[in-house]
Amino acid sequence: MQEKADQIFILLRDWLVGFLPASWQTAAGVLLGVVAIIAVFPGLFALTTVLERKGIARIQNRLGPNRVGPFGILQPIADAIKSLTKEDVVPLTADHAVHFLAPVVLVIVVFMGFAVLPVGRNMQLVDMDSSLLFYFAMGASGEVSIFMAGWSSRNKYSLLGAMRAVAQMISYEVPLLLSSVVIVMITGSLSLVKIVEAQNQYTWGLPHWYIFTPWGCAAFLMYAISATAETNRSPFDLPEGESELVAGYFTEYSGFKFALFFLAEYLAMFSISGLGTTLFLGGWSAPFAFLGWVPSWIWFFSKVMMSIVVMIWVRGTLPRLRQDQLMNFAWKFVLPMTLLNLMVAALWRFMGEGWLRWVVCSAILIVAYVIAGRIGMRREHLGPRTYRYAE
Amino acid sequence: MSFMFWILAALTIAGGLAAVLLKNLVHCALAVTVAFAGLALLFLQLDAQFAGFAQILVYIGAVAILVVFAILLTRGSETPKKEIGVFSRTWLAGLVVAAALFAVLSWAVLQSAGGLSQDDAAPTVSVLQIGQALMGRYVLPLEIVALLLTAATIGAVIVAMHEKEDSK
Repeated sequence: MQEKADQIFILLRDWLVGFLPASWQTAAGVLLGVVAIIAVFPGLFALTTVLERKGIARIQNRLGPNRVGPFGILQPIADAIKSLTKEDVVPLTADHAVHFLAPVVLVIVVFMGFAVLPVGRNMQLVDMDSSLLFYFAMGASGEVSIFMAGWSSRNKYSLLGAMRAVAQMISYEVPLLLSSVVIVMITGSLSLVKIVEAQNQYTWGLPHWYIFTPWGCAAFLMYAISATAETNRSPFDLPEGESELVAGYFTEYSGFKFALFFLAEYLAMFSISGLGTTLFLGGWSAPFAFLGWVPSWIWFFSKVMMSIVVMIWVRGTLPRLRQDQLMNFAWKFVLPMTLLNLMVAALWRFMGEGWLRWVVCSAILIVAYVIAGRIGMRREHLGPRTYRYAE
Repeated sequence: MSFMFWILAALTIAGGLAAVLLKNLVHCALAVTVAFAGLALLFLQLDAQFAGFAQILVYIGAVAILVVFAILLTRGSETPKKEIGVFSRTWLAGLVVAAALFAVLSWAVLQSAGGLSQDDAAPTVSVLQIGQALMGRYVLPLEIVALLLTAATIGAVIVAMHEKEDSK
C-alpha cells in the first residue's frame, strides 16, 4: 500500500501511456514527465510569491498583501493577470532580437535543470551518469542570458547590473562546484540518483545524510551561501537591488517578459534548493527509518520548501552586501574553505571507521574557520561599539 | 551520419558563419556561443556525455562570458564603416591559409578513419575511466596544463597591475 502511494505518479504515467502503441510509449512517458514539471514548479512558484511577500512583510512588522482572497492567497492570480495585460515597452534603440531572446533562453535553461532532480524514488525525468555535471552546465548557461538582457537594453543601469550579476555568479560558481565535488568524491558517482541512494541508509535509526558529517555540514553551509549568491538573492542581491540600480538588468523589461525573468529567478531558487537537498539533505529519503511509510516525494518537496523558507527568512533579516564585499568573501574566504574541505573529506575517507575521524575532521574545520575569520577581520579594526547621539 | 548529425552540423556551421559575418560585435559573440552549443550537442550525439557537458560548462559558461566581457570593457560594438565592411583587406591570404589548414586536417582525419572499422560499437566511456586515465596515464600532461593555467592567471594579474601603475 505504501509502495503504491510512493510510486503513484509513476503508476499513473504507466497507465496513461499504456493506451498508446508501443513505439510511442517512451516518448509519451517523457512528455508526460515534462508536462508534470512545467505544471508543478510554476505552481509552487505562485505559492512562493505569496509566502515570500507575507513572510517578509511579517518580518518587517507589516501585513503584506491581504486584499485578494482570504489572507491574500489569490495574489498570484492578480499578478499573473497584471503581467499579461501590461503593455510591452521596448526601448527604441534596444537590440530587439537579443532583447526578446534573453528571457526565453533563461527560462529554457532553468527548466532544463529540473530534468535531473530525483523528486522521489524512481521519479527523475532522465537518469544520466553525469547528471550533476548536466545541472551545473545548465546553471552556467544562464549567465549568458543575463548578460544578453543587460546589454540589449542599451541602458547604463542595466549594463552595470548585468556586469555585476555575471561577475557575482561566476565568482560564486567555483565554491558551488567545489562544495558539490566533495559529495561526488565520497559517493564515487556523478549521478544524482546514486547520491540519494547512498544517503538512504540508516544507522541506529538515524539517516546517513551528508549534512550530518563534518565535511558535509561545512560543504552544505558553503553551498547554501553560494546558492544564495548564484540566484541573486539577498543578501547578495546588489545586481537587482531596488534602491541601487533601479531594477538592474531587467530595468527595460515590462509585462510578460518581466514575469518570465521573475519566474526564472524563483525557479532557479527551487532548482538549486532541490539540488542542495539531493546532495546534502538526503533527497527523497525520510529522516528516520520508522518514517519510511510516508511517500518519498512528500519528503523531497518538504525539504525544498523548508530551504525556500530559510532563504526568505534570510532575505528579510540580513542587510545587503556591497559588491566588493561579496567578491572578497567569495574569493578570499569561501573558496579556500572549500579547498580545505576537499582535503578534510579525503582524510575522512582514508581514516577508516570510528569516532577518531569525526573528532579530527571537525577540529580541523572549526580551527580553520576561526583562524580564517580572525585573519579576515583583522583589517576591519572592530572594537567596542561606540554610540553617537544627536544633541 | 544520421539525420540528427546533419541538423547539428548545420547549426554549428551557421553559428560559425554568423560569428564572422555579422556586423554587430556582440551578435558575433552570441553566434559563437551558438557554435559552442552545437559542438556540445555533437559530442552528446556521439554519447560522450562528460565531454558534452564539460563543453557547455566551460565554453558557454566561462569562455563566452569572457569574450563578452572583453568586448564590453574594451571597444563596445561599433558597427564597421560601409567601405570596409566585415571582410578584411587581406582576404586572399586568409583564404589560402584557411584552405591549406583544411586540407591538412582533412588528410589527417581521412588517413585515420581507415584504421577504425565500422562494425565495432562505439566505446562507452564513463567518467570513472576518464578520471582513471587522467590520474594514471596522463598525469604528466594534467600537471603541465595546471602549471600553464597558473602561469596564465599570474600573468593576467601582472599585466593588469602594470597598467594601473602606468596610468598613475
